[in-house]
Amino acid sequence: MKLAYWMYTGPAHIGTLRIASSFKNVHAIMHAPLGDDYFNVMRSMLEREREYTPVTTSVVDRNVLARGSQEKVIDNITRKDKEEKPDLIILTPTCTSSILQEDLQNFVERASIDSVADVLLADVNHYRVTELQAADKTLYQIVKFYIDKNAKTKNLELKKTKIPSINLIGISTLGFHNNHDTRELKKLFSNLGININCIFPQGAKVKDLRNLPIAWFNILPYREIGILTSKFLKREFEVSSITMLPMGNIEFNKFILKISNFLTFKNEINFILNFINKNTRKLLNLNWIKRELKSNQNRKKAIIFGSSNHVATLAKMLSKEIGIEIILCGTYCKSDSQWFREQVQNYCNEILITEDHTVIGNQISKLKPDVIFGTQMERHIGKRLNIPCGVISSPIHIQNFPLGYKPMVGYEGAKYLMDLIYNTLNLKNKKNTFSLFKEKITIT
Amino acid sequence: MSQLEKSSLTFQCETGNYHTFCPISCVAWLYQKIEDSFFLVIGTKTCGYFLQNSMGVMIFAEPRYAMAELEESDISAQLNDYEELKRLCLQIKNDRNPSVIVFIGTCTTEIIKMDLEGIAPKLEVEVGIPIVVARANGLDYAFTQGEDTVLASLIQRCPTEFIEKKEKTQTFFSNLNLFTKNKENLESEKNLKSLPLILFGSLPELIANQLQLELENQNIKIAGWLPTKTYLELPTIEEGYYVCGVNPFLSRTATNLIRRRKCKLISAPFPIGPDGTRAWIEKICSIFNIEPNGLEERENNIWKSLESYLPLVKGKSVFFMGDNLLELSLARFLIRCGMIVPEIGIPYLDKRYQEAEINLLEETCKKMNVPLPLIIEKPDNYAQLKRIEKYRPDLVITGMANANPLEARGINTKWSVEFTFAQIHGFTNARDILELVTRSLRRKNYVQSFCEKELVE
Repeated sequence: MKLAYWMYTGPAHIGTLRIASSFKNVHAIMHAPLGDDYFNVMRSMLEREREYTPVTTSVVDRNVLARGSQEKVIDNITRKDKEEKPDLIILTPTCTSSILQEDLQNFVERASIDSVADVLLADVNHYRVTELQAADKTLYQIVKFYIDKNAKTKNLELKKTKIPSINLIGISTLGFHNNHDTRELKKLFSNLGININCIFPQGAKVKDLRNLPIAWFNILPYREIGILTSKFLKREFEVSSITMLPMGNIEFNKFILKISNFLTFKNEINFILNFINKNTRKLLNLNWIKRELKSNQNRKKAIIFGSSNHVATLAKMLSKEIGIEIILCGTYCKSDSQWFREQVQNYCNEILITEDHTVIGNQISKLKPDVIFGTQMERHIGKRLNIPCGVISSPIHIQNFPLGYKPMVGYEGAKYLMDLIYNTLNLKNKKNTFSLFKEKITIT
Repeated sequence: MSQLEKSSLTFQCETGNYHTFCPISCVAWLYQKIEDSFFLVIGTKTCGYFLQNSMGVMIFAEPRYAMAELEESDISAQLNDYEELKRLCLQIKNDRNPSVIVFIGTCTTEIIKMDLEGIAPKLEVEVGIPIVVARANGLDYAFTQGEDTVLASLIQRCPTEFIEKKEKTQTFFSNLNLFTKNKENLESEKNLKSLPLILFGSLPELIANQLQLELENQNIKIAGWLPTKTYLELPTIEEGYYVCGVNPFLSRTATNLIRRRKCKLISAPFPIGPDGTRAWIEKICSIFNIEPNGLEERENNIWKSLESYLPLVKGKSVFFMGDNLLELSLARFLIRCGMIVPEIGIPYLDKRYQEAEINLLEETCKKMNVPLPLIIEKPDNYAQLKRIEKYRPDLVITGMANANPLEARGINTKWSVEFTFAQIHGFTNARDILELVTRSLRRKNYVQSFCEKELVE
């Protein structure tokens, strides 16, 4: 047992539900007690969703405890099949059903005989994986299922597209600025003359998955969700992936160069190189922010904490592009810690990998940075210690699901980040000036 | 809706596939009410995730609650429950030093059959802090019933013997309250002896005081309230005492008071809305043979003060999807306000505990000459949404999972949870209920002029 108040990542079934509800016409049925369907509330509130969340519960109550679910789960699956006519139903185990150890796989097999929809059991162990790992696993499971299924019926599309094309993998519901990022990437690819073959899971239909092999390569902006899928596609169809978050100028330009490696014609590559030059010069001259920061004081100190992906990329950006000293860099993605260490070790003084918010809280109060970039929890720690904080990663609140266009990636994303960084840094200065004046005013 | 024409209330039961909060959410308001308590929820990440998100910003205010998060080794019994809990309790004692620790049992502790009731008494001696066990799990209960399980367990901790010292502190406190009363009341106050009446149900301090004052105006002074502001002040409950509930979801607490403490339950409608409050006070008065004084006038005055809201709701229909057990009382009040209620969904209905409320609901319908509502226990949300589509009520009172999608379909909604946290009891708070109910109706009137009604594909 451990005493806990706050978690950075949710339980495994949240990951599965995030993937299931991202797809179109996929329904998830949770094997859970009453009240465990809080996911619906979160999605409806945070995403301000207009559709009913396609998640229902096959309720585990006293009777189930005594006699087992018996026909209940199967009935619920076939009933949903008739009511909603989904393409796929995912039976989602929860912590409760993990302990009950009912043979859910058997339910799935029996239910799929009667239902038109495909039925799958999400294969996640509740006590061993987090929300993000479960999401990764579920996505892989669905992709594999449909690739295999279509391979069997010889419906798989294998011929590469004529025009260069990509799959965009890992965009999901309740992801941090995912929808804005997608829009920005779409715009980018259309400028580069690259077709988007499939964006999934968000907005995709499972029947589109048979087209995955025809793309020239995959793009994975978020390494938390999609790595397993990309490995699978590489293994089966030799489709390679670019796994990086194109956040900040240097990373973004690297991203585009990597893309150019995948292209075959010279003039396409030249076009891209020109594209980089033109845009970098025009938009992203960061000297002003450097100058601004230098003129005021010494090198600013920052602490960054959040998901491995966003933290690592932001650390590089702050350190290389703006010249902020990063005194501590941390993540709660324990499963990804090796990658994280490799990425950030040259850019920060200290690395912290923890899931305990009090550890990071203590570090912040000990090291006293000028600025924090973190999750909502760090924002509140900052509030208590009077240190400004910019939110750069999940877990997040409704204010981090902005309606306005706020991508984190690409050129537009770089602009947004500049605003975020500059405003966060300056907030403290302005506050100090205010209190300086206040004293003078009270004298008069 | 052919059921509507029937002359008596119709009760039905559906599949129980509905959205509601997990009952462990009761820690959110109970830790605030009982100021020297600490709530330890013994469960998994799923429970923690729910609390973390449902409590919103409260989670950042160093709440006096925590999760004892069960890990794989706990489930497979590789670790000793007793030792683990002891370690956590000592840690809590060190950090916070509460007067009581409340263990909240969850689905997981039920399934792995962790004997919390057995562990608690031993642990209590060893740690030196009272430990109360409440099994507020999603296998058995819905949302507000969590409070019911906690209060039911607190009953056994209420002292039996009347303690002299306590009497003194009570008069001391009532002296402190002097400024709220005028002089004539003061005179009678001195003669007013507390009647053997205990009220139960957790209300914010302000509301509890208001209700107490309403009773004092009828020369009724109560002997105590469960729960109290602190654990150490829990009221004395003696055999033969009368008890009366202030909330409709406290049937377990009522049963325990009757069976374990040999109390007599006053079955009254609940003090929600001016009609409910009046009926509640009248019923209590009748038990103690007190002629109610000026109640009718008080109720009428309240209705008069609501005049600006009533035209907004009159003739409008309201559909309760059901998730917090306040539905019957709210529906009864809204019918009295002139609304029409086609359906009342409710997670669980104790017909004995809510008997007076059900009767008042039926009476109100006849008085207002509206069709009797269909009462659906353990509703099925999918079937309900179909009925809503067909009936298209003016307002749906529902959870947050369905609110946004319904709004997108041009149906006004009100989040049901707000009724749990808003102050809705007593004469003076009737306005708050209508404020909540009319909010989306008012917004609609305002927005309709320049907005498309349905925005869903």
